[in-house]
Amino acid sequence: MSPSMSITRALREAGFAGLVAAGLAFPILTLGTEMDQSNRLVLEQRWSWMAIAAALVFVGRFLVLAFARKPARAAPHTGARVLSPALAAALPRAGVIALFLFPMVMLFWLGPQGSLKWINNYGVQILIYVMLGWGLNIVVGLAGLLDLGYVAFYAVGAYTYALLSTHFGLSFWICLPLAGLMAASWGAMLGFPVLRLRGDYLAIVTLAFGEIVSAVLTNWTDFSNGKAGIMSIPRITFFGLPFNANENGFAATFGLEFQAIHRTIFLFYLILALALITHVVTLRLRALPVGRAWEALREDEIACRSLGINTVNTKLTAFALGAMFAGFAGSFFAVRQGFVNPDSFTFMESATILAIVVLGGMGSQLGVALAAVVMVGGTEVLRELTFLKQIFGSSFDPSLYRMLLFGLAMVVMMIWRPRGLISSREPSVFLSQKKNVSGALVQEGHG
Amino acid sequence: MENFLQQLINGVTLGAIYGLIAIGYTMVFGIIGMVNFAHGDVFMLSAFIALIIYLAMTQILGVTSLGLVFLIVLVCAMALTALWNWAIERVAYRPLRGSFRLAPLISAIGMSIFLANFVQVVQGPRNKPVPPMFTDVIHVTSGGAFDVTLSYKQILIVGVTGVLLLAFWYLVQKTALGRAQRACEQDRTMAALLGVDVDRTISLTFIIGAALAAVAGTLYMMYYGVVNFSDGFTPGVKAFTAAVLGGIGSLPGAVIGGLLIGLIETFWSAYFSSDYKDVAAFSILVITLIFMPSGLLGRPEVEKV
Amino acid sequence: MTARALSSPLLTIEHLTMRFGGLTAVNDVSFTVGRGDITALIGPNGAGKTTLFNCITGFYKPAQGRLALAREGLAQAENVDALTKSGRRHNGVIYLLERMPDFEITRDAHVARTFQNIRLFSGMTVLENLVVAQHNILMRASGLSLLGLVGWPSFRAAEKAAIEKASFWLDKIGLMDRADDPAGALPYGAQRRLEIARAMCTDPVLLCLDEPAAGLNPRESAELNDLLLSIRAELGTSILLIEHDMSVVMKISDHVVVLDYGKLIADGTPDDIRNDPRVIAAYLGVEDTDEAAEVLA
Repeated sequence: MSPSMSITRALREAGFAGLVAAGLAFPILTLGTEMDQSNRLVLEQRWSWMAIAAALVFVGRFLVLAFARKPARAAPHTGARVLSPALAAALPRAGVIALFLFPMVMLFWLGPQGSLKWINNYGVQILIYVMLGWGLNIVVGLAGLLDLGYVAFYAVGAYTYALLSTHFGLSFWICLPLAGLMAASWGAMLGFPVLRLRGDYLAIVTLAFGEIVSAVLTNWTDFSNGKAGIMSIPRITFFGLPFNANENGFAATFGLEFQAIHRTIFLFYLILALALITHVVTLRLRALPVGRAWEALREDEIACRSLGINTVNTKLTAFALGAMFAGFAGSFFAVRQGFVNPDSFTFMESATILAIVVLGGMGSQLGVALAAVVMVGGTEVLRELTFLKQIFGSSFDPSLYRMLLFGLAMVVMMIWRPRGLISSREPSVFLSQKKNVSGALVQEGHG
Repeated sequence: MENFLQQLINGVTLGAIYGLIAIGYTMVFGIIGMVNFAHGDVFMLSAFIALIIYLAMTQILGVTSLGLVFLIVLVCAMALTALWNWAIERVAYRPLRGSFRLAPLISAIGMSIFLANFVQVVQGPRNKPVPPMFTDVIHVTSGGAFDVTLSYKQILIVGVTGVLLLAFWYLVQKTALGRAQRACEQDRTMAALLGVDVDRTISLTFIIGAALAAVAGTLYMMYYGVVNFSDGFTPGVKAFTAAVLGGIGSLPGAVIGGLLIGLIETFWSAYFSSDYKDVAAFSILVITLIFMPSGLLGRPEVEKV
Repeated sequence: MTARALSSPLLTIEHLTMRFGGLTAVNDVSFTVGRGDITALIGPNGAGKTTLFNCITGFYKPAQGRLALAREGLAQAENVDALTKSGRRHNGVIYLLERMPDFEITRDAHVARTFQNIRLFSGMTVLENLVVAQHNILMRASGLSLLGLVGWPSFRAAEKAAIEKASFWLDKIGLMDRADDPAGALPYGAQRRLEIARAMCTDPVLLCLDEPAAGLNPRESAELNDLLLSIRAELGTSILLIEHDMSVVMKISDHVVVLDYGKLIADGTPDDIRNDPRVIAAYLGVEDTDEAAEVLA
């Protein structure tokens, strides 16, 4: 840790950064391409943008250099904790209780209209990503297999429900396990040939697989109705009771006044239950031989083979199980949206889920949940920044900056904590005392 | 036969563009073992820079000689994109060097998202039609079902790619920079001990990669006549596929891989269906990796026990 | 050492050849590893010792040759030949290692190994390392995880037994008080011992050690000798080791095999080897026989 450097030196370095920013700003910032009446591209000159960019970078860099303590390069290696152990232990339980109470509190506080956004956009949306993060955590965090096409299994789950329900009228409750099985078999089918591959090649093949699935869904119109997607997928029912105003509906059966929010609240509890199932199964598997073999695989595959562990089967179970949870989440996604199309299953989704896992701290369930809240919740919050219109004028659209800031946040968070929010590892078995393993010793896997 | 010849010409043109981008992937992977996900978006950015410089030359400065304009656009795009990639490496990757393996990958994905959305915000989300240039064509055959044509653009693309690849090959094989680069690929610690400035070498790798991507970007902009902020991802992934197909880490491999992917895609579109051209390219990738994991020209990896 | 003459061969290596491209790393090597013996494999750097190890443990597929392991009793030549002809990998008693993938060699033929550059699961605790090594027994007990998932009593019992076995080895290698520490945090010598204990947790009949004394100080080296001798005495495990430290080789081995440039140049008792002129020549060139004799002494 070096304290702030001398002011002159900071000024000089900040000046350099400002110059670079000015260079980067030309011409992408300074000359805007606009269409004129005859649909011809013309340039709009805005040299002030360059000055603003350079000045911002200069000031920002200067402040960082002069006043912030510069972390030493080695710092990220020491797995310093964000959370004290006591807090880390108490947080999950408190979190689960809070989540159970969340819709009720919101409903009571903001009423059925006001709470809808919170329960749906924040609650359900974040929980989907928590579940996907936990599912992928089995593959990436525990088994150390880099999967860049995870969203493909999410898509398999979603389309399984969408197709089975619209063509054969099967209910969600039958399709849910089928979607999981379907995704798991796809995982196994894909995994079998590719899991022999070394390291980064696995990442590439999974990426390619994700792209193939999305391209097939887009182009095979007879099967998936192409880009338009599948509409009017049957909505969720309360174990058979529809959420509508009819007399055999949920509200009438329970003597409640019909409200649209009932369905949202039910969806919230459903995804909460699915996510918790994912969590509990993962936790239990971690303490079983198969889970320990996953982690051993991440640590050293060759050593695993020397101990008689069938590494292909071990990888396959991790891959298929991770896929299965994505399949569950996918069918939930389909029943929540009521329609599916290939746009929901792009590489961006895989990247987001992977970012959640890595940012959370590979293998840490709590870390993944926290990261999902930060990343997904954060981008949802950015939708709310309409007050910025008052500063930047009414043509300013904050949602445009949402993904821009999302990308930037990924970079910043990785530099801030390369090993994620919670990098220490909890042992799966202990003799006398449970001691967490520092993240610096935990390997990251090579596949 | 005419169709075949025409598709061959088109495929080689497309392949040249992929090959140029693929070199950036393969060099960065070779030297720091990182899949530089932002590279496709750097390519897209370079196409925008080239477009803007082109418009500035013709509309603001009123330069009329197309050859001169093209040369200036190419040089400016290469220089400015190189500056961008240098800055990206400096800000987003260098602090993560020697750290957790996945951290730079996530950082690169973040950078890719940032770049695409940055261009969307500052240049708008709509397609940018490029005024047509180099529109003349040469009729290679005539009198058949249709004329096989070779456009000046295609000649320019293949010619520029060829010349730059030769220059680049010279740079990597024959100069001190190239030696330093290959030394860092083999063993970074040892190279540093022997006095190679590793940081500088890596920076230069990013700069060269970006300059070649900018060539691809300029040619792409010219050839397809339209650019969009989302144009980085798919060519990026295809070029990456090309790098892997050729054997990641191998420079000639990247070029050959690029040509192959370009040809496969073009022929698939021509003879089967353009809907599934991406599927064809990716399937080839998967099949190659399963049966020939080190690609066409990559060094086979012997497992060290 | 008379033990050798009495024991039946555990592993019979015949005409083993391994090539990497044009390089023949192991060239037509044949020897036997006696049951209950400590066999040392020595030779100058690059002689092909580790390659031979990797062939025995399945990490490399040999180009030619037969590796017949007889888990019990005497491997009758006609039985081995019949098995070879049948195309099968094993008949329950005799295992043809060259046909088996690496993990099956440990799981079914019970040949365990350690590595020249220690390969522990550094981010897992010492205890976890030893429990992972009992994967196959536990996997069976957990009913492919399904019984384990619901906490079935038979699985709990198996897990308890696994921890007990781990404790036995922790005690034996003197790491009981470090059981819950990460393996990567142990000092070097302790890591070497842990790796041996981890290999022993797979219940091997043959333990292959690749330079177990490398990097150890004389005291640790002596402790290692004791550990290996007690493994042999108490569990009857045969040991095959690659070693450069002649104090270890000469003190504990019953049988020494010498490789040079991929070829077997000597095979005999430590005393035979010490006086073998070819071995002396291989170690320090033809002239310097006195110095070489010193190294081997």
